[in-house]
Amino acid sequence: MEKFFNYAVRHYDKMLGYLGDHIMMCVSALLLSLLIAIPLCALLMRSKKVTKIVLALLGACYSIPSMAFFAIMMPFFGLGKVGPIVVLTIYSQFILVRNILAGFNGIDSSLLEAAKGMGMSPVQIFFKVQLPLAMPVIVSGIHIASVVIIGSATIAQTVNAGGIGVLLFEGLRTQNYVKMIWGTILTAALALSVNYLLARLEKFAQRKAKGGIA
Amino acid sequence: MNTNTNPDVPVFQFIHTSKRFPGMDSYAVHDVSLSVKPGEFITILGTSGSGKTTLMKMVNRLYDITDGDILFHGQSVKEQPEVEYRRKIGYVVQQSGLFPHMSVADNIAVVPKILKWDKARIDARVRELLTLVGLEPSVYAKRFPRQLSGGQQQRVGIARALAANPSAMLMDEPFGAIDAITRETLQNELLRIQKSTQKSILFVTHDIGEAFKLGDRVIIMHGGELQQFDTPANIVLHPANEFVSRLVGADDPMERVKVVCVSSLADKSRITDSKLSLEGSSTINDTLPFLLAHPSEDIAICNNGEVIGTLDRDRLADLMKK
Repeated sequence: MEKFFNYAVRHYDKMLGYLGDHIMMCVSALLLSLLIAIPLCALLMRSKKVTKIVLALLGACYSIPSMAFFAIMMPFFGLGKVGPIVVLTIYSQFILVRNILAGFNGIDSSLLEAAKGMGMSPVQIFFKVQLPLAMPVIVSGIHIASVVIIGSATIAQTVNAGGIGVLLFEGLRTQNYVKMIWGTILTAALALSVNYLLARLEKFAQRKAKGGIA
Repeated sequence: MNTNTNPDVPVFQFIHTSKRFPGMDSYAVHDVSLSVKPGEFITILGTSGSGKTTLMKMVNRLYDITDGDILFHGQSVKEQPEVEYRRKIGYVVQQSGLFPHMSVADNIAVVPKILKWDKARIDARVRELLTLVGLEPSVYAKRFPRQLSGGQQQRVGIARALAANPSAMLMDEPFGAIDAITRETLQNELLRIQKSTQKSILFVTHDIGEAFKLGDRVIIMHGGELQQFDTPANIVLHPANEFVSRLVGADDPMERVKVVCVSSLADKSRITDSKLSLEGSSTINDTLPFLLAHPSEDIAICNNGEVIGTLDRDRLADLMKK
């Protein structure tokens, strides 16, 4: 017990460093994912057939175990953060693309027809009608993707990416339970707080879409 | 909103208008030609597949015209930029099409905001319209669609369509999803609003009673072809073909009276101050007891309480003949 708290007191700067690293990796992956997913969805909305194929491919990628995926990326990106960020981005596509498409396809078409018939331009319809109504499902996708990214990023240490994984793997290697436990606590704390924040955001988007916030 | 309201120029003119969907052999609408005068309430009657909705949707270019043309205040609808053109015509859909994430006031304000009206003008207009459709502004402006009943939602839908003060409105079976009792109230409200605002209306419906009650003239569509375009009384007295005849029960006076409204019997050139009056929107069938009870006195025909003419007994006699 004493060893447990002493470790934190002595190494809190290192631990905060790992936490910061981890957050940076996750945020980069999430932002990159959104940058890719949104235009991708804009294209996919035009073809149901292509959507099916793309989702099948992304699903296949998603089922590759993270450790194996990080390893496969090494010939291209070497050791370090970049490879894992690419892998995490690919994982997220499966979740984000499905949710973004579901969000937009779930909007009642009579609403869109009314909007068009009233004289709203396609851009106006997108920002004033489609986006607010699709938001709850989109935020839900971001919520799930974030939690997946945070967890999978811990494995990235297998290719020396850094982050909280350092604590976990060092702990495993040297049978140091203090390190292992702190690694677990940090990951869990990060995942839980992000989960809480995004759940609140999701609720807010839902209330707005249903009509309750002007 | 400056649309010329020259009474000699038809608000809508269909010139050999046809619509064929890509990949289909047959025409959804074939060779329809007719004119609508400013201020007329026109109902478009037909079953599903008759082309009634397709006909109307070509007016605001939700569907492109395959052959022929449609003129709005004398200008071809094909020549104007699509999106801006639609803002000049109000559009009401069956499920009200209200945006759930916007308040009633914001819904109504959609087109004015796009047209960049200033806030004060928009607020005043929203209040004016809510009052017009019978919803107290201080109560309803801040509410959201999910808090309204179907009838109230549709009233807001009508207010929204009128927001930018268009000269005309297109209405696609707006009362189809509403219960019969509320529907009757809304129909009467709509007649009142149309008379007071003088808007031209194209109103699609599959309900004969509704078509004949609301329409100054009725467009009857079947299989994409125009069957007849005339006043309810004329359609019933002089059906254009077998189909129309069967549709309105033209052969049987007892059927005719169920469909024709008292307003069709009004002689608008004579305004009587008789104490006896009938609401124009009631069918002759419903008012027969009253008519029989007063066989020779002048009877005033009213629209929402306001006298619009006197009962023309010759017309009534014509209608009752075999």
